[in-house]
Amino acid sequence: MNLWVGAIALGLAFGAMALGVYITFRVLTFPDLTVDGSFPLGAAVAAILIVRGWEPWLTLPVAVAAGAAAGAVTAFLNSRFGINGLLAGILVSLGLWTVNLRVMEDRSNVPLLAVDTILTPLRPLVAEPNVRAVVLFGALLLGLALALNWLLHTDLGLALRATGDTERMVRAQGIDADRMRLLGLALANGITALSGAFVAQYQAFADVGMGLGMIVAGLASVIIGETLIRPRGVLMAIVAVILGSVAYRLVIAAALYIGLGPTDMRLVTSVIVIVALSAPRLRGALGVRGLAMGTARA
Amino acid sequence: MIELRGISVTFNPGTVNAVRALREIDLRLDEGELVTVVGSNGAGKSTLLNVVAGVRLPDAGRVSIAGRDVTREPEHRRAALVGRVFQNPLDGTAATMRVEENLAVALRRGQRRGFARGVGEDRRRLFRAALEPLGMGLEQRLAAPVGLLSGGQRQALTLLMATLAQPRVLLLDEHTAALDPAAAAEIEALTIRLQAEQGLTTLMVTHNMQQALRVGSRTLMLHQGEIALDLSGEERRGMTVDVLVRRFQQARHQELVDDELLLTR
Repeated sequence: MNLWVGAIALGLAFGAMALGVYITFRVLTFPDLTVDGSFPLGAAVAAILIVRGWEPWLTLPVAVAAGAAAGAVTAFLNSRFGINGLLAGILVSLGLWTVNLRVMEDRSNVPLLAVDTILTPLRPLVAEPNVRAVVLFGALLLGLALALNWLLHTDLGLALRATGDTERMVRAQGIDADRMRLLGLALANGITALSGAFVAQYQAFADVGMGLGMIVAGLASVIIGETLIRPRGVLMAIVAVILGSVAYRLVIAAALYIGLGPTDMRLVTSVIVIVALSAPRLRGALGVRGLAMGTARA
Repeated sequence: MIELRGISVTFNPGTVNAVRALREIDLRLDEGELVTVVGSNGAGKSTLLNVVAGVRLPDAGRVSIAGRDVTREPEHRRAALVGRVFQNPLDGTAATMRVEENLAVALRRGQRRGFARGVGEDRRRLFRAALEPLGMGLEQRLAAPVGLLSGGQRQALTLLMATLAQPRVLLLDEHTAALDPAAAAEIEALTIRLQAEQGLTTLMVTHNMQQALRVGSRTLMLHQGEIALDLSGEERRGMTVDVLVRRFQQARHQELVDDELLLTR
């Protein structure tokens, strides 16, 4: 039981990161790989500040700012120097490895034992740690989802979405597409870093290696969500991404449950993404109708 | 009003592939004038529009729109003055966004985009009123994703989006060429109506010689980056497509003769 509740908690904690990936890959149509670096950056910033005695909630905006800065650097490298978007993200996340080590005072791991985290105040209310995490991260993610939905329907949000759709139209309508990508990548990586701060506090440590393969987990969540419900409209898409993140962690938990080890998880992830991506054609081949997938843009 | 003075554009300068797309173009369009532009491929038609729109900054010369010198202003800066419609209906609208969301993007052209709600009831009313005269029933489909519309509907929407924020000039780049004849006729009529209503100074590039003579009050023929012909008034009224084509061929022949002279010198 605990395994499954823990998986849901992880799915919600990582859900923010999946929303970040949704913003770059789906809203902006910009394949941003900065995530692998900005996720542990958020974890490292939160962990080190908590160890230094900061109020845990106050570490969150700092983590967001750090992640946003990382995303802005990727966008800047792309727009100003014409570095390919994929490569710019890889370069920034490569450099962030060193930055993250420095943030963690040259340690590869910062444990958060015997310190308060954002989960601590809930201890008297909810006894079970995993349930506590589900409640807290569920509430935080709900707020984040509503805020993102609101933002994407403002004038600025419409400009962001249009930039990912038809750049020619966007420029003709007086929108600076480069600026939109800068804002969008900063937003996405800020949210991703927030997710890193959540996960570090839930797992009670930050580790320099915790961002490895993060982009695949994020994409898996987005694609699984789109496969589960064919989202129409922004709010549905956001809900789909969060569901996808939880489903992804549940599948991982299932793999552990049937006896696979932590070392097998990369292969499991790879297979999950392959299955989710091929789902539309598999369905077609199996003759299942009425389930056209939203993965066409992938 | 559009004024171009001494506009030159060279692609790939300093290489063997250097192409002089525009050669010291001088052009003045009066307020509210609708000018059609014809010419063969590579004559400089699109480059001319791009220079006015700011997509391409000229290598030499000055551009002013409605009295404002915009020579060095990038596209998005001068967008408040300029409405544009492209040949490909897919280029002018965002397919994944709703009709009303596309219109909201267009409504804010030239203004700061902040955290105000993109589509509220006030704006919906405005959009319905703007869509209704199109006679396409789009006012009933505000919430439909634009990707579900036909090419003609998308082009009509693009045209509306180009004029919604009341620009000073309208740039049309073969905007009826990709449509079926019925939709093309519809879009042409809509263009003339919106242009007249708002008194927009308009440059309309077309491949269709008949359309070039039918629409507007003045026709330019571009050839190898120069204005080979500038027709208006009596001369244009008496012009037929045949004569225009002959003039066009003469211009090209002239070019050949020049080349021959150059070679034999």
